[in-house]
Amino acid sequence: MSKNKKKFFQILLVFAFLGFLGILINNLIINLARTGLGFNFNWLTKPASFSLAEHPLPYSPSDSYAWALFIGWMNSLKVIISSLVLATCIGTLIGFLRVGKNSFFSIITAGYITVIRQTPLLIQLMCWYFVGFLNMRNNSFLSISNIFNISNKGIELFGLNLSPEFSALLFGLSIFSSAFIAEVIRGGIQSVPLGQWEAFRSLGISEKQGFFKIIIPQALPAFIPGLTSQYLNLAKNSTLAIAIGYSDIYAINDTIINQTGRAVECFIILLCSFLILNLLITKVMGIIDKSIMKSGI
Amino acid sequence: MKPILTAKNLTKSYAKGILALNKVSFTLDQGKVLVVMGPSGSGKSTLIRTINGLETFDEGELNVLGIKISADSDERKIQRIRRRVGMVFQQFNLFPHLSILENITLAPIQVQKRNKKEAEEYGMKLLCQMGIESHAKKYPGQLSGGEQQRVAIARSLALKPELLLFDEPTSALDPERINEVLDAMRRLADQGMTMIVVTHEIKFAMEVSDQVLFIDSGKILEISSPEVFFSNASHERSRKFLNQIN
Ligand SMILES: Nc1ncnc2c1ncn2[C@@H]1O[C@H](COP(=O)(O)OP(=O)(O)O)[C@@H](O)[C@H]1O
Ligand SMILES: [Mg+2]
Repeated sequence: MSKNKKKFFQILLVFAFLGFLGILINNLIINLARTGLGFNFNWLTKPASFSLAEHPLPYSPSDSYAWALFIGWMNSLKVIISSLVLATCIGTLIGFLRVGKNSFFSIITAGYITVIRQTPLLIQLMCWYFVGFLNMRNNSFLSISNIFNISNKGIELFGLNLSPEFSALLFGLSIFSSAFIAEVIRGGIQSVPLGQWEAFRSLGISEKQGFFKIIIPQALPAFIPGLTSQYLNLAKNSTLAIAIGYSDIYAINDTIINQTGRAVECFIILLCSFLILNLLITKVMGIIDKSIMKSGI
Repeated sequence: MKPILTAKNLTKSYAKGILALNKVSFTLDQGKVLVVMGPSGSGKSTLIRTINGLETFDEGELNVLGIKISADSDERKIQRIRRRVGMVFQQFNLFPHLSILENITLAPIQVQKRNKKEAEEYGMKLLCQMGIESHAKKYPGQLSGGEQQRVAIARSLALKPELLLFDEPTSALDPERINEVLDAMRRLADQGMTMIVVTHEIKFAMEVSDQVLFIDSGKILEISSPEVFFSNASHERSRKFLNQIN
C-alpha cells in the first residue's frame, strides 16, 4: 500500500471511531435527560440506608453511599488478596506435582486441572456456596482442636470468623485460579531445557535439590507473565461475588444503582476502580519481574 | 590393570523393535582413554548415558567402580555412581543463573557437604588448570563456547571423579575453538584420568586414546587400538565410516 493510501485509511478509521463515540455520548445524554437526574456525584454523601452483612470497618445504614462503596472495596480487596495468596499456593503445589516423577500425582493433578478449567466459575461458586458451606450441619463439619473449624457459619481460623459467603468465594476463586496457575507453573518449568536436569543429575545432586536450586530459579522469569494475567483474571472474576450474596464493590454498586438510578456514575466508579487495581497488580508484578532479572538470571 | 568399568550384554530399546543398544559388552581399565565412534543415531550417546544412569537399560549388567547395576537398580545406587563419575555434554549445560565459580562449587557444597571456602579454593584451582580463572565471577552467557566447555570440564572435575564421560564435547563449538577444549582433555589424559570420549576428532583419537570402540545400530562392531582402527580397520562398516568423516 502506498504511503498516502495508508494515511487515508488511518484518518478514516479515526473519524469512524469518533463518530461511534459521538453516538454513544449522545445516547447517554438523552438517557440522562429522560431520567431527569443529570450527571453528578453529589448523591455520594447521602445516607445509603441499606445494611451490609459484612464490613471490615464500622458501618451502619445511616452512613453515606461513598462509605458503603468504600466498604465494598474493602470486601473486594479482602477476598481478592486472600484468594490470590491461596490460589498461588495451591496452584504452585499442583503444578509441581503435575510435572513430578510420581505418575499417580501427575495423573490426579492432570484430572484436577482439566475438570476445574472446563467448568464455568459461576457454577463452581454456587457449588461451593450451596453444597459446600450453606448446607453444612449446624455443628462443626470439620474441626481441628478449635484452630480450624468449618461449619455452616463459615470458616473459623484462629478465632477469626469467615462468613459462608466469603469462604465460598475464597475457595471458589482460589480453586478455579489454582488450576490455571498450575498450568503456568508447569509451562515455566518445562521451558527449562532438559539438559539442565541432566547436568545436575550427572553431578549427583538430588532431584529435590536440583529442582529448587537449578530448575525453579530458571523457570521464575517464565512464570511472571502467566501469573500476572491470572491475577488480573482473579480480580475481575471476584465480581461474581454478587451471585452468592457477598457484598463486594460490584454487589454494592448494583444495590446503589437500584436505589438511585445512578447507573452511569456507578459504572464509571466501578470501571475506574478495577482499572486502578489491575494497573497496580501489573505494576507490582513488573517490579517482581525486574528484581528477578536483576538477581542474575 | 584394575577394571573401572565392565559392561555385559547391555541392551536397550526406546521404542519397540528398534535396539539402541544390542548386547554391548566391553571393559575399561583404570587410566585408559576409550574413544567411541559411530554414525549418527548408532547409540553412542545412549551407551555413555547408561553408565551414569541418565538412561536406563532393559537387559544386561554394568559394573562401574565396583558398583553393580542392572535394569532394575534403584536411584540410590545410581546416585552413588554419579558422585564418582563426571560428565561433559555437547551443549555444555552450564547453569546460566549461577556464576562460573558457583557452577563448579555447587555439587561439592550440596553433595559432599564441603565448606564453601574449601570448595571455592579447589574450584579456583580447577579453573586455573583450565586456563579460565579470570572468568570466575562472570556468568556462563558472557563466555565463548570453548570457555564454557572448559568450565563444564572443571565442573565435572569438582567431585574428584574416577571416570569422566564426554559426549561429543567439541561438536557444538566453532572450529577455531575446538583445540582449546581438546588440549584440556589431553592434559587430563596425561594426568592419568580414565575417560570415555564420544568424538569424531580423529587426530585426538589417534594421539590420546588407548582403544577405539566402533558402534553401529547399537552393536559394537570392533574395539581396536587406534593404530589398527585408523589404518587397518577390521570391519567394512568402520572403513566406510572413516572414509565419510575424513
Ligand atoms: N529419548 C529417546 N526416545 C526415543 N528414541 C531415542 C531417544 N534417544 C535416542 N533415541 C534413538 O536411539 C538411537 C540411538 O540414539 P543415540 O544414542 O542418541 O545415537 P548417537 O548418539 O550415536 O547419535 C537412535 O535411533 C535414536 O533415534
Ligand atoms: Mg549423540
